[in-house]
Amino acid sequence: MIHVDRSEKIYIIISVALIAVFFVAVAVSSFVYGIQVPLPESRVDPRTIATPAPGNFFGEPGLYEVGPGKYNAYIMSQIWSFTPREITVPVGSTVTFYVTSKDVQHGFRINETNVNMQIVPGEVSKLTVTFDEAREYDYICHEYCGVGHQTMAGKIIVTEQ
Amino acid sequence: MFARENKLTAWHLGVAMIALFIGGFFGPLQKLEYVGVNLYSTLNKIGIASYYQGLTLHAVLNALVWTTFFIVGFFTFTITRSLNKELTMPKLNAVGLITMIIGLIMAAIPILMNLATVLFTFYPPMKANPFFYIGLVLVVVGSWICGWGFYLTYFAWRKENPGVQTPIIALGSLITMVLWQIATLGVATELLVMVIPWSFGLVEGIDPQLARTFFWFTGHPLVYFWLLPAYVSWYGMMPKQAGGKLFSEPLARLVFWLFLALSVPVGLHHQYLDPGVPAGWKFLHGLLTYSLFLPSMLTAFNVVASLEIGGRNNGGTGLLGWVRALPWGDPSYAAQNLAMILFVFGGIGGLTNSSYNLNLVIHNTSWVPGHFHLTVGSAVTLTFFGILYWLVPKLSGKPLWNRKVALVQAWTWFAGMLLMGNGLHILGLNFGVPRRTMVGVAAYASDAWNPMLIEAAIGGIILGISGLLFYSNMIGTVLSKKRLEAPIEMPVAEAYDEHPAPAWLDNWKPWLAITVVLIVVAYGPILFDMIANANMTSPGFKVW
Ligand code: HEM
Ligand SMILES: [Cu+2]
Ligand SMILES: [Cu+2]
Repeated sequence: MIHVDRSEKIYIIISVALIAVFFVAVAVSSFVYGIQVPLPESRVDPRTIATPAPGNFFGEPGLYEVGPGKYNAYIMSQIWSFTPREITVPVGSTVTFYVTSKDVQHGFRINETNVNMQIVPGEVSKLTVTFDEAREYDYICHEYCGVGHQTMAGKIIVTEQ
Repeated sequence: MFARENKLTAWHLGVAMIALFIGGFFGPLQKLEYVGVNLYSTLNKIGIASYYQGLTLHAVLNALVWTTFFIVGFFTFTITRSLNKELTMPKLNAVGLITMIIGLIMAAIPILMNLATVLFTFYPPMKANPFFYIGLVLVVVGSWICGWGFYLTYFAWRKENPGVQTPIIALGSLITMVLWQIATLGVATELLVMVIPWSFGLVEGIDPQLARTFFWFTGHPLVYFWLLPAYVSWYGMMPKQAGGKLFSEPLARLVFWLFLALSVPVGLHHQYLDPGVPAGWKFLHGLLTYSLFLPSMLTAFNVVASLEIGGRNNGGTGLLGWVRALPWGDPSYAAQNLAMILFVFGGIGGLTNSSYNLNLVIHNTSWVPGHFHLTVGSAVTLTFFGILYWLVPKLSGKPLWNRKVALVQAWTWFAGMLLMGNGLHILGLNFGVPRRTMVGVAAYASDAWNPMLIEAAIGGIILGISGLLFYSNMIGTVLSKKRLEAPIEMPVAEAYDEHPAPAWLDNWKPWLAITVVLIVVAYGPILFDMIANANMTSPGFKVW
């Protein structure tokens, strides 16, 4: 065995305990409280996904009401814009974002929320958020997607009920 | 003795420093752009078409070329000196070096011609000129060849010295090189099997999600390939420079083995927010990443304890009095100690990044460049500067041009990185400012960002000055007519603890076996699934 100094032994035990506590905290927050990352949703063909067809929401991206106060937002990314560029929902709405790309990789982050996703052609990224404040939020492309990357963004307007 | 090794080392280091000079040039420009000083229209005249072409040069030259060339050169020196044995096949290492240089030129030409403005991550389906990818492959293959030269030397040494423990400096260097060879299998597969045939038009479509997964197979261990050479110096050399001894030599060995075993099967922590990777795999990689925290914690204790021995030997007393007794007047020492301090912040930020859902808060914001300028841009680069402050005089036979300038250089790098690192972290965390974006003209930029943008820009300017000080010292040293009075030897720290390391800490077999098993468990099923269901539909795009 390795000879380890006593003070170092104590330090190692504290380090391991610290890591374990952090790990449990992360596990609880993600699987008990449901603060989740994007997970496999569905796969698409980026060459045809933007073509309107029955059942293809990305053919007509936008906001779809699916229940009282519940919406699905289908967002198409392309260089260097999102379609739609603007979404308006009443305060208290729960919106599930479905985002994909018809060209290169992009990013999708709604500032001041936990919505942050990598947008990969061929895959659909999905996260849900509830808007509790009447205000505006930016959604921003955060993955380099070419020389116009810095212009790629949109707005969510949360209105008073 | 060692004439050829010195020459090979000097070539590697020379190319590394030229790369950093050109790449580093764009750093302050990017920072100025952030605060609305856009010099890119002037740069058009020297052929830089866009911010992003400059950023591609910055990141490829700094993060890939400066590091890889420095590390292979440094190891040519450390392995042969530490084993006290010349390279058994120096021609092989020369072939490796030449391959790396050919690859570098081949990759640089398309970047300079604005045919590969794809940043250093080159995510498909953005499509660069094929020679960019081939050049990158040749740089990696060249570094493998140099590695094979090291292993042959090591095997020969082993035969001549049965039963002798591998010295820690050689062992750490060799483990790092093996880690690199295993790690780069991912990006090699991505480029050779997927990207290069597609960029030549031989296949129509590519699966960007699969390509990302291969990329990050390499991408995480890559950061340990950068960091471990600094650890070789922190464990193996700095205690000696401080006048101390290595506190626990066996634990230092264990740390290198743990990094070998754990560096690869964690790559998915860069893909937490990827749509195509299931939760279980992300979480498993998150768990393994947390276990990687342990060797870094061990390092913090062991290195600080070793320096404390030095400080006390130098007459320092009391709880913290030994800190002042450290050789702060020695630029090589000071640079590396400051690098360590910045690494504390880098390490804490790294823990945040790797915490599964916490990653949602910072992923792809300017927090990320904030983080890796503290790690690869400081812990690693500033340590390499510190090493060069003795190694360049050693190789050139000339004293360092100006020690005061070198000290100022180390402290300004430290200060500049603190400001820039802090600014970039806060911009990402509080405002969600996106990473690698021409922020100064972004449509959504807000006035609230200004204080931190300015702080980061001041940091960037200080860093630019610091870089110039570094280069004036290197050029001054090489051009000087003075000769060293006494020869410089590689600093080699002795072990403090007289208990020798057990035999299993000098045995490759169990550690290589654990490494392979962990990789197969953590990557095998998910990669198999992704390959079996590959979505090869994306055509290429040129978006610049
Ligand atoms: C003169 C000192 C430096 C300054 C002022 C500087 C500044 C910057 C800035 C502002 C960015 C962000 C650009 C953006 O996100 O749009 C950046 C990116 C980057 N820097 Fe530096 N840098 C310096 C030195 C270094 C060094 C020494 C390294 C590594 C050895 C390095 C590696 C990188 C890499 C890899 C990126 C890519 C960005 C990404 O992928 O997010 N930099 N640098
Ligand atoms: Cu984009
Ligand atoms: Cu990583």
